[in-house]
Amino acid sequence: MAQVIFRGVRKSFGNAPVIHGFDMDVRDGEFVVIVGPSGCGKSTLLRMVAGLEAISDGEIAIGERVVNRLEPKDRDIAMVFQNYALYPHMNVEGNMAYGLKIRGLPQAEIDARVARAAQILELSPLLKRKPRELSGGQRQRVAMGRAIVRKPAVFLFDEPLSNLDAKLRVQMRAELQDLHRRLQTTSLYVTHDQVEAMTLAQRMVVMNGGRAEQIGAPLEVYKKPASTFVAGFIGSPPMNLIPAGKDGREVLLGVRPEHLQPCAEGEAKMTVNVDLVEPLGSDTLVYGHTGDNGDGARVAVRLHQSFAAQTGRLPVRFDPAHEHLFDKATGLRIED
Amino acid sequence: MIENRPWLTVFAHAVLILGIAVIAFPLWVTFVASTLTLDEIISVPMPLVPGSHLWENYAQALTSGTEAGAAAPVGRMMLNSLVMALAIATGKIAISIIASFAIVYFRFPLRNFFFWMIFITLMLPVEVRIIPTFKVVSDLGMIDSYVGLTLPLIASATATFLFRQFFLTVPDELAEAARIDGAGPLRFFWDVLLPLSKTSMAALFVIQFIYGWNQYLWPLLITTQENMYTAVIGIKRMITSGDALTEWNLVMATAMLAMLPPVAVVVLMQRWFVRGLVETEK
Repeated sequence: MAQVIFRGVRKSFGNAPVIHGFDMDVRDGEFVVIVGPSGCGKSTLLRMVAGLEAISDGEIAIGERVVNRLEPKDRDIAMVFQNYALYPHMNVEGNMAYGLKIRGLPQAEIDARVARAAQILELSPLLKRKPRELSGGQRQRVAMGRAIVRKPAVFLFDEPLSNLDAKLRVQMRAELQDLHRRLQTTSLYVTHDQVEAMTLAQRMVVMNGGRAEQIGAPLEVYKKPASTFVAGFIGSPPMNLIPAGKDGREVLLGVRPEHLQPCAEGEAKMTVNVDLVEPLGSDTLVYGHTGDNGDGARVAVRLHQSFAAQTGRLPVRFDPAHEHLFDKATGLRIED
Repeated sequence: MIENRPWLTVFAHAVLILGIAVIAFPLWVTFVASTLTLDEIISVPMPLVPGSHLWENYAQALTSGTEAGAAAPVGRMMLNSLVMALAIATGKIAISIIASFAIVYFRFPLRNFFFWMIFITLMLPVEVRIIPTFKVVSDLGMIDSYVGLTLPLIASATATFLFRQFFLTVPDELAEAARIDGAGPLRFFWDVLLPLSKTSMAALFVIQFIYGWNQYLWPLLITTQENMYTAVIGIKRMITSGDALTEWNLVMATAMLAMLPPVAVVVLMQRWFVRGLVETEK
């Protein structure tokens, strides 16, 4: 168990900068999710912690040690890959035991650790199977088992659930949470899926273009997005951003779709011209635009009752507490 | 076939049977000749049913060879061929798998240059460089030795290329996972890459064994003593020129014997061979 400290970490491939200075203290035992669109540098950041990419500038410390110059095997980490990267010719037991064998642990200790991990992950009946004889979810579990048996200071997850189907993903998400609760190991988890980020993270890092746009607890990020990028990335459908003026300044007014409520024309803050209605059963998504001549902002509304009309005008209001203001030029949040 | 017309089936079978007959007939003649006496062979027409001297002919060929032509026993030649084919096949696989490992997994200056240099030699058959190669081997005193027989044929661009293509399909994450597990490059090669290459190695072994066994020009140049002849050369040397009578029954018996090991390799390794060519286990 250990903390992970980033100090001005930068990375460039040749002349192309990918990470523009990243600072963060990951606390001991914390589960941190790094989320962002593809190409934002989140995987690169994780691979620098693992030691698979060199650190161009700055330093990364795991526990008390700066690990910049250490080989992956000496960093006391374990990594779970998106495509699992199981050794195809070894059975489940062999896959989990391989790293321990190389480290020269006594066979009895290896057997005990593998058996324990297999028990935690419900892999015990599958120990003699080859990876190709396993389902996607089982392979994922073996990959986690391979990480667990090493008893590392830090777990690194690189989009571990994105090769699974939607249902399995939800199930594995719960298992991951359970696992972390049990083992209390510091974990860094990279994903592009904001739902995974919201549900798993104790703190999340929203990355964009090689920068951390915001670091914070999921609900804090949801309630107070630091920029229009975060506002658009976290939450689905994304936050509505409507150009407005305030104190002679051009701003974007942000309101989440779930905070818009239909109301009478008289008390409406704005009126949505409905383009599309998506009934989801539990609630209904209404997409439309403001303004009458088609040049207004696009707006989504999440209604908790069914909305019969396909098109038409939908007057809505919102609680000023749910209003967010962003500078139009920089996209940054204007604190109130 | 989508259309089900009887005459088409008959025609297809006729073509197939004809094809098999064309290929199999010479083999049959060889087999029959190897069971006859010399007198029976040179009588016209030669009988096409096996005679009664099978055991004698094969025994004589294996143990003492012909009297008029080369006198080395075929047993010795087969052993030479076997050593040569095995050395070439295993040597080629060993050298080229290591070369591909270097080319795919290590970053070093001129890496691509070296790969293309190897690749270009694909286009040069043995015959093109045979004279300089002969000069080198004879200057090194390797005439009439197994080393001289096999070493110049071991470098293989084809096998290097094949292994390179295979290694490129192995996901990078596998190498990274091994690095995190603490396996160094050689450990990764030995524990992960080699086991994954098993089927490719088997396929290559079959191809290269037959290639080595069937070598003609190079052993012809490099062997001068009868006890270093390979089976293929032996057959040629048994056919006398001039007045002496060629003992065709023994020549044919030798030819049949020389065919057996490659056939055995193909039959025994067939399953692996096909898997190596079609299946990628990842």
